[in-house]
Amino acid sequence: MTGTLESTGIASREMFEKLLPSPERRARGPYIVMECYEEIPCNPCSTSCPFHAVHMDNINDLPQCDIDKCTGCGSCVGRCPGLACFVIDETVGDGKVKITFPYEMVPLPAVGDQVDALGRDGEVVGKAEIVRVLSTEKLDHTSIITMLVDKELLYDARNIRCE
Amino acid sequence: MKFSDVVIIGGGPAGMSAALAAAEAGVRVTMMDRFSEPGGQLVKQTHRFFGSEHERAGTRGIEIVEILRKQIEENPLIEVKKNTDVLGIYSDRVITFEEDHVYGRMTAGKIIIATGASEKMLQFENNDLPGVYGAGAVQTLMNVYGIQPGQRVLMIGAGNIGLIVSYQLLQAGAQVAAIVEAAPRIGGYKVHASKVRRFGVPIYTKTTIKAALGDHRVTGAVLADMDDKFQIIPGTEREIEVDTICIAVGLAPLSELLVHSGAEMHYVPQLGGFVPVRDEYLETTAPGVYVAGDVSCIEEATAAMLEGSIAGVSAAIASGMNRPELIAKREEFVEQLAILRSGAAGKKIRDGLKLIARREQN
Ligand SMILES: Cc1cc2nc3c(=O)[nH]c(=O)nc-3n(C[C@H](O)[C@H](O)[C@H](O)COP(=O)(O)OP(=O)(O)OC[C@H]3O[C@@H](n4cnc5c(N)ncnc54)[C@H](O)[C@@H]3O)c2cc1C
Ligand code: SF4
Ligand code: SF4
Repeated sequence: MTGTLESTGIASREMFEKLLPSPERRARGPYIVMECYEEIPCNPCSTSCPFHAVHMDNINDLPQCDIDKCTGCGSCVGRCPGLACFVIDETVGDGKVKITFPYEMVPLPAVGDQVDALGRDGEVVGKAEIVRVLSTEKLDHTSIITMLVDKELLYDARNIRCE
Repeated sequence: MKFSDVVIIGGGPAGMSAALAAAEAGVRVTMMDRFSEPGGQLVKQTHRFFGSEHERAGTRGIEIVEILRKQIEENPLIEVKKNTDVLGIYSDRVITFEEDHVYGRMTAGKIIIATGASEKMLQFENNDLPGVYGAGAVQTLMNVYGIQPGQRVLMIGAGNIGLIVSYQLLQAGAQVAAIVEAAPRIGGYKVHASKVRRFGVPIYTKTTIKAALGDHRVTGAVLADMDDKFQIIPGTEREIEVDTICIAVGLAPLSELLVHSGAEMHYVPQLGGFVPVRDEYLETTAPGVYVAGDVSCIEEATAAMLEGSIAGVSAAIASGMNRPELIAKREEFVEQLAILRSGAAGKKIRDGLKLIARREQN
């Protein structure tokens, strides 16, 4: 893949890895990654966090997350209009990670489904097992889905294909 | 002739916010919109909004409309004239309109023009073939009437509208064959671009549409690369098979009524086209005529709502509601708007506004 986020819409591995917290924090439990790389006037991630973990002085700032306050609860995942918030859980073991992401398409997958995991360009990057589907009235049509994928797909897997 | 303290033309987010702000300050308001329900652009925005949570970002546009409509309905000082197309503004703030196909006239103490914007068209061969749509029409078909406009769509323009409408097409079950963009960079928010990329939609920058293909309806399109001067590079033409072409190359302020009012207008590309000179409180050079929302500058709904609130309070203050708490409230709105525009994304708007601000002396 050549080109930059500005010309392709795809954030590079380096950009993503800069967002990752310390190895200790990653080993401790689920954490948020806000893949919001551009300053835009937007703030629901900070106002929706029940633990006040996300800080913004000015609405145009990039979200700054105090990752020790973040519980990985996923509230912001369903509120971010950019669909840019992902909860990653590297504590599941077995060479796997859990990635929690927002999903606004029909049909919804069901827990236990084996589906294709899609990369940032929509190509198949591997297999995913759906381990949680949250779709409440409060979430208002943005479902929150958790998939289990090989840990090598930490950067790549960002979507699924349900047939 | 009938009289209202404040007449608001246009019932989008700017007009609705203006109506509420003016009525809450205590003046009588008449809000006119040519459609059967107020809401403007918001009635087709099924996605969660950007902007400040304070102005209801993170909420879907269609839900913001419901909240504002309800507040308007409950406010006894606001009269809403639906199916009312404003035709002209004459001296002394006489407004002529067609309400349910009947001609009418009224006068206003103050007028707030919040008519929004219209879509820009793009010139290419065969652009009049059935199957070539503006992005607004595609959105209205899908999100207001539940009709899928095509199976395989080519989107022209990678600004926020092109990106969002592409995403909504995917949600409706259509394929988006590609998004093409003449500029070297994606103009819209990158989070929106990433969102459609994840579904396998390619974005081709430095690319344009040269022609639509088909005899009676669109069957494809010819794409071509563009150089840095936005000229087609000969020999780069290639065909793509699609049944729908959707044009999202920008909006222009719908400013005819401002011209009627006699307000001084200038062409400011950063703000989207012909816009009126205005002061900090959005009064134009035509006395008692205010402007708010996309017709003042092409921006977004949060800014449109704040501008509506500023114009609404200002019109009330100028109508005699000169109370300290209203003046304080107005300063608060002005400050929120300045914060909203203070970042990198607001630079173009700030540059444009500098060119058009009404100067006190000269
Ligand atoms: C695809 C798309 C996505 C968007 N996404 C976002 C987003 O995520 N966040 C965000 O903040 N903004 C977004 N926007 C922008 C936002 O919708 C507009 O900035 C906002 O609607 C402007 O409000 P307005 O009240 O100025 O104009 P409008 O909403 O256009 O309302 C103008 C109203 O005036 C009426 N009118 C016009 N002329 C007359 C006349 N002569 N007589 C009577 N009535 C008249 C029209 O019928 C209309 O109802 C998006 C826009 C589009 C198109
Ligand atoms: S995952 Fe929960 S705790 Fe962490 S930033 Fe998001 S809302 Fe806050
Ligand atoms: S809500 Fe999402 S898009 Fe908006 S600033 Fe936060 S992370 Fe970025």
